[in-house]
Amino acid sequence: MKNLIMVSISLSLLILSFTLTAQAEEIATLRDGTAISEQKKPNFIPKIVNTDILHARNYPMQPPLIPHKIRNYQINLEVNKCLSCHSRSRTEDSQAPMVSVTHFMDRDGNFLAEVSPRRYFCNQCHIPQADIKPLVGNTFKDMHTLMKEKIRDMKVH
Amino acid sequence: MWKNILLNFWQTLRRPSLHYSLGFLVVGGFIAGIVFWGGFNTTLELTNTEEFCISCHEMRDNSYEELKTTVHFSNKSGVRATCPDCHVPHNWTDKIARKMQASKEVWGTIFGTIDTREKFLAARRNLAEHEWARLKANDSLECRNCHHFDYMDFTLQNTRAVEQHSTSLASGEKTCIDCHKGIAHELPDMQGVDGW
Repeated sequence: MKNLIMVSISLSLLILSFTLTAQAEEIATLRDGTAISEQKKPNFIPKIVNTDILHARNYPMQPPLIPHKIRNYQINLEVNKCLSCHSRSRTEDSQAPMVSVTHFMDRDGNFLAEVSPRRYFCNQCHIPQADIKPLVGNTFKDMHTLMKEKIRDMKVH
Repeated sequence: MWKNILLNFWQTLRRPSLHYSLGFLVVGGFIAGIVFWGGFNTTLELTNTEEFCISCHEMRDNSYEELKTTVHFSNKSGVRATCPDCHVPHNWTDKIARKMQASKEVWGTIFGTIDTREKFLAARRNLAEHEWARLKANDSLECRNCHHFDYMDFTLQNTRAVEQHSTSLASGEKTCIDCHKGIAHELPDMQGVDGW
């Protein structure tokens, strides 16, 4: 009986240690295998894509990416640097795309005269694109591609 | 009594020197001139350094802290702008004129017109407007001390920048400060400012 308890305890400990090491390795993947107790040498900060050419959206509701640098853009109670080009009244001079009309709606769907406070902080949703390779693979297909595939498959059968 | 003193002084000035030789007076005056002028200019230049500006907490805790986060403080080539590079004209006569205006800032320091963060924020629009007006009036001279239009390579600029620089800036219709506001410090409430 005593032996059985000892064996079961050691077994469970073994399993636990396995899962722990497995977890530790899992955590370490984005840290290039750096031990959890160590500070990883920071990666290079990538360059921002600054071409002013619009990126395609990966899905219809994706907030469009910002195709230019926004370093030190001030967005606070005093001032919104983004809106100095993208606001309705500024787009004629700046030739920048105007903020979407959805941004003038409050959450009950009423249209306001100005950009709604909940949409004021642009970089809550909109971000510039860094010039990097993705950290992990991605097999995402957008709805358009899926529909095309479906139609093609239907024609084949 | 004052009249007598002044009269005495004037008569002494008018009379030829009794005790000192002409050579002594000329050479002595020359040396004294060098000392006075050198001293004046050295002191002037001393007040024209960043250390002097941030020796007061108003500038150290507000303007200087904000500058530190910008490209004019830290950048890839390590060339940086100090306070006087942008805020004091480099040309001597203009510099003296600006320094005379700055005596108002001494008044401000003594009586603490912006000695708290709240007071500074409340005054920021006013302070900023002074600087915008100054740079607008001198065609952004302090920007152009480093950023020469003639040597700008449009092929290295992004398309948006080329569009603005090759038209409005090239024709002189606009000057740097018209667009580049708040590049070294935070902006105040911009309500009613042209282009915002």
